[in-house]
Amino acid sequence: MAKKILIADDEQNIVISLEFLMKREGFVVCIAHDGQEALDKARAEAPDLILLDVMMPRKNGYEVCQEIRAEAALQGTRILMLTAKGRETEVTKGLAMGADAYMTKPFSTKELVTKVKALLDVPA
Amino acid sequence: MSVKSRHVLAVLTACALVVVVMAAAGIAVWRDLAPEERDIIEPILNPRLGLLLMISLVGAGAAAVLMKSFAQANLLGPSLLADELGLIVGTDPSRRLKPSGSPELQRIAESVNALADQRRSLQEDVEARIREARLSVEEERNRLAALMSELNQSVVVCNLDGRILLYNSRARLQFRALSDAPTAAGGGEIIGLGRSIYAVFERNLIVHALESIQERIRRQSSQPVANFVTTTRAGQLLRVQMAPVLSAVEGEAESTVSGFVLMLDNITRNFEAETRRDQMLHSLTEGSRSSLANLRAAAEMLEYPDLDPELKERFLSVVRDEVQGMSARLDETANAFADSLKTRWPLDEMLGADLVAAAQRRIEKKVSLPTKIEDVDPGVWVKVDSFSLLQAISYLVSRLSDEFEVREVRLRLTAAGRLVHLDIIWSGQAMSTETVMAWELEPMSFAGESSPLTVRDVIERHDGEIWLQREKTQHRAFFRLLLPSAAPQEQVDAGAFLKGESRPEYYDFDLFKQTEASHALDDRLLSELTFTVFDTETTGLNPSEGDEIIQIGATRIVNGKLLKSESFDQLVDPLRELPEASTKIHGITPEMLVGQPPMARVLPAFHAFSEDTVLVAHNAAFDMRFLQLKEESTGIRFSQPVLDTLLLSAVIHPAQESHRLEAICERMGVNIMGRHTAMGDAIVTGEVFLRMIPLLAEMGIRTLGEARQASEKTYYARVKY
Repeated sequence: MAKKILIADDEQNIVISLEFLMKREGFVVCIAHDGQEALDKARAEAPDLILLDVMMPRKNGYEVCQEIRAEAALQGTRILMLTAKGRETEVTKGLAMGADAYMTKPFSTKELVTKVKALLDVPA
Repeated sequence: MSVKSRHVLAVLTACALVVVVMAAAGIAVWRDLAPEERDIIEPILNPRLGLLLMISLVGAGAAAVLMKSFAQANLLGPSLLADELGLIVGTDPSRRLKPSGSPELQRIAESVNALADQRRSLQEDVEARIREARLSVEEERNRLAALMSELNQSVVVCNLDGRILLYNSRARLQFRALSDAPTAAGGGEIIGLGRSIYAVFERNLIVHALESIQERIRRQSSQPVANFVTTTRAGQLLRVQMAPVLSAVEGEAESTVSGFVLMLDNITRNFEAETRRDQMLHSLTEGSRSSLANLRAAAEMLEYPDLDPELKERFLSVVRDEVQGMSARLDETANAFADSLKTRWPLDEMLGADLVAAAQRRIEKKVSLPTKIEDVDPGVWVKVDSFSLLQAISYLVSRLSDEFEVREVRLRLTAAGRLVHLDIIWSGQAMSTETVMAWELEPMSFAGESSPLTVRDVIERHDGEIWLQREKTQHRAFFRLLLPSAAPQEQVDAGAFLKGESRPEYYDFDLFKQTEASHALDDRLLSELTFTVFDTETTGLNPSEGDEIIQIGATRIVNGKLLKSESFDQLVDPLRELPEASTKIHGITPEMLVGQPPMARVLPAFHAFSEDTVLVAHNAAFDMRFLQLKEESTGIRFSQPVLDTLLLSAVIHPAQESHRLEAICERMGVNIMGRHTAMGDAIVTGEVFLRMIPLLAEMGIRTLGEARQASEKTYYARVKY
């Protein structure tokens, strides 16, 4: 069965590319445009992995991450944080909030795909 | 025993001695005679007994006379001499002895006179030196005060108790910005001689800084200073540097800290600018990261060969969108940072009008060319290195004058957004572009001045521009200098600091000697207390029937000096109508009260202004009654001691009928000025009070407690409002 990926980012310009990329790689994709929507979709759709942006309206990525990690039903969800915040302190915080991996913008789409597949145990 | 009785005793003793010796001789001879010899002599002597007695008396008399003159010379003479000497030593050093009596006494008197002469000249010498020293100290103080008042940095000097002994006008301005009170006190409730610096800074902060300075001194640090940044009550950010005032103590090798100097820098504005810069930088880096991510992802998607045209167009539009966004962000940042990206050359902010006036003076002096001001925007501030810029301006004018026979130049200064146009205008022909270029690029040398800089260098320092422009219709041309503008600043209102005397009363080093009053104010001398002398104008005479204060004026007395520059002068909106009759007395019209703060806002400021001082007013009971009636509604209590010049006048001149302020002024020789404004009356009351202090001291009334007691006993004190 195809794995499901939730893309949570308020910037339409990156969502277009990510959506295309992930579909191309054979994943089922759903999209959220802010933190709250990301949380709702995560509960409703139970995705296997979330591509989570940190700077989002209503709820930021850190909060979303923390709340997901607090829910028993979502324990299996992998979280990959994508963010423009590149400082070491922020990376550390993201991982501490429960992210499985962290990528700083701008990133290579190839590396992103590799990382997503590694997190989902899908053969490359 | 007095000299006289000793004199008499000496004479009597001499007489007695002669009589006793003669009698003893007679008796001894009589005893030695054989009985037969006595028989022979007795008939011979017996009839002559009277003669013998007479001889002894004459002998005794002669002895007395001799003794009298001897005693005169040796007892009375020295005693008179001693008295005279006592006068020279004690009362009149210029007095001299008249040599008299024995030659020895005369020699002594002459020597004493010589000694007295020597002593006198020594004394005069010492006095002259003291006078000189005092003058030089005074001169140094004045020099220091002058220096401080010119200083561009805020400086406050305090003694160890945190009492302010010196501050400059810059500090005063800065504290005005810190004050959250209405304009009246103008920061005067915070800064003032003898006031506590702890009103501004937390005590612990100062104590901590002092401790670290002490520690540095112990470690013999070359720079025993401390720095700290603090937020004030009004939310301003201050950077403070503290340096110790060291004073040498006799007998101790190390000098001790007797006070401290605070140099203040209000960094609120800098801090805001820095914060803004940080935000910009942040949005530039993080914003760029996101945009780059979007771009990169879109570009990488475009590389897939199997894209359908619609998707391709979507990715291309992402690219276009992001490129546009990044360009806009870059422009915005570049504009916002134009100021800080500029040259690192230190530029001073100054009023544009001042710059033009300076240019005018310089041109007239150096080039001897008449100048006119065409148009100067009075609100414009510029950011310039005024020295090099003025040099460049006069250099250009001198070449105009030398090479194009220009007879007059006009100056114009106008604002143009973030920039300022400074135009040098002349009538007549314009030169070629090549000429202008040459003028720009040649080192400036004219009128005996030569500089390695060129006009271009100077303009670049300002990150400005310069060009030649023609006004053909008016047959004129001008050089336009494009200069950076600066945010308008509050100007130092010179008038505000020069009330009355030319030198503001900004320092009082006698406060160094004062220590915190550990004992109650009542025991303190009037001459060393700090007073707030105040007066009010009111809508009428009956506070209990709704009359209100409409003006408060106050000034301070510190260390026996009236500080007119530390004043409180505020109109108050009485929140009721103002009877016309009262306007005749105080000259305050209802229009003047429009927009003034109400008592509820003025009272806290006045309370702060008068904190830690003794209140003084003429007929204080009247003014105090008004203040007390506000206690309940404002929650502000004036609990400090109050002295009343009316009562004190009754103490000093109980026989006088009038104790009105005018009458007292006349008696005490105080010039009356500006009566019936609160401020004017407060100053007059202050002068009167200062003259009363020595008069009270003559009556044995020296302390605050004594003055209050004496006041309470006068008749007038029994009149109640």
